Amino acid sequence: MSTQNEWPLWEVFVRSKAGLDHKHCGSLHAADAKLAIQMARDVYTRRQEGVSLWVVRSDQIVASDPVDKAMYFDPMEDKVYRHPTFYELPKSVDHM
Amino acid sequence: MTASIQLQHKPEVQYLLRIGDTALIHAQRLGEWCGHAPVLEEDIALANVALDLIGQSRALLTHAGVLEGAGHDEDQLAFLRDERDYFNATIAELPRGDFAFTLLRNLFLATWSRLLWERLQDSGDAELAAIAGKAVKEARYHQQHAADWVVRLADGTPESRRRTEAALATLWRYTPELFESDAVDAAAHAAGLGPQRTELREPWLAEIGAVFDEAGLAVPADSAFRSTGTQGVHSEHMGYILAEMQHLQRAYPGGVW
Repeated sequence: MSTQNEWPLWEVFVRSKAGLDHKHCGSLHAADAKLAIQMARDVYTRRQEGVSLWVVRSDQIVASDPVDKAMYFDPMEDKVYRHPTFYELPKSVDHM
Repeated sequence: MTASIQLQHKPEVQYLLRIGDTALIHAQRLGEWCGHAPVLEEDIALANVALDLIGQSRALLTHAGVLEGAGHDEDQLAFLRDERDYFNATIAELPRGDFAFTLLRNLFLATWSRLLWERLQDSGDAELAAIAGKAVKEARYHQQHAADWVVRLADGTPESRRRTEAALATLWRYTPELFESDAVDAAAHAAGLGPQRTELREPWLAEIGAVFDEAGLAVPADSAFRSTGTQGVHSEHMGYILAEMQHLQRAYPGGVW
């Protein structure tokens, strides 16, 4: 029996105590959403890694195609002016 | 070879050991799944439950040792008692069975222990109340995890349904022991240590009934059979568990990591 073929794959996102956002940390197989959350708790937060969990069906994620990598991302290489590094900050602004 | 310790029989010690030994022996059974569960995720989940139970057992055995007043620590109590001085409910020592049997037993014991821990948070014994405050959160998760699985197994495939019903037919007659108070319960209750076991019966039946409704399982008829592990009189399976559990401490006295 191969449960790998019967149970859908879920992506797991964990928010750590200090973190503001959920970060992708892995995936697992589970029969349904409720058990996916429980299994994510047992597999990915057993060493106090998090205080909140998201799971999402892997087949529901729409990803960019690696073939489009050059077209999508390379044109940004020579556009350093898009980084806000050419401004003089007033002295009264300590941190930004 | 290390000789057995002689346990001082006091009601409050036996009261704590009933809870602590049930957790300890149940954890030993759950540990047998490590590397054998049907899927990796559940393998880790069952091991997590077992480790929670061992943690609860350690705290209870340590405190029982203090109340006993004979200088016994958690390791001596866990590994150097004779079979008759263990007071776990018999249901915890039954062989692990299949996955349906394991999850149904988890549901029965986790529901029982969650109800018990909730009440022990108000114990007049501050140490026991503190242990309960931590353990009740663990038991809540154990109960939910087991209940969700029992519903899915009973309402799953014909095979999982058949196995769940077979597990229920075997396990149900070991449940009355969890709710029969005796002199130990009465003394513990009078001393403000914790509730008598009979108090847990109605809420336990209500919660199990709710899960069974969802799972489409019928509560079996009551049986005249009564198990007696909490009196120290165990099933034929107990000796084998202790032989495995105790071997290292008996062969290498005081051995530590």
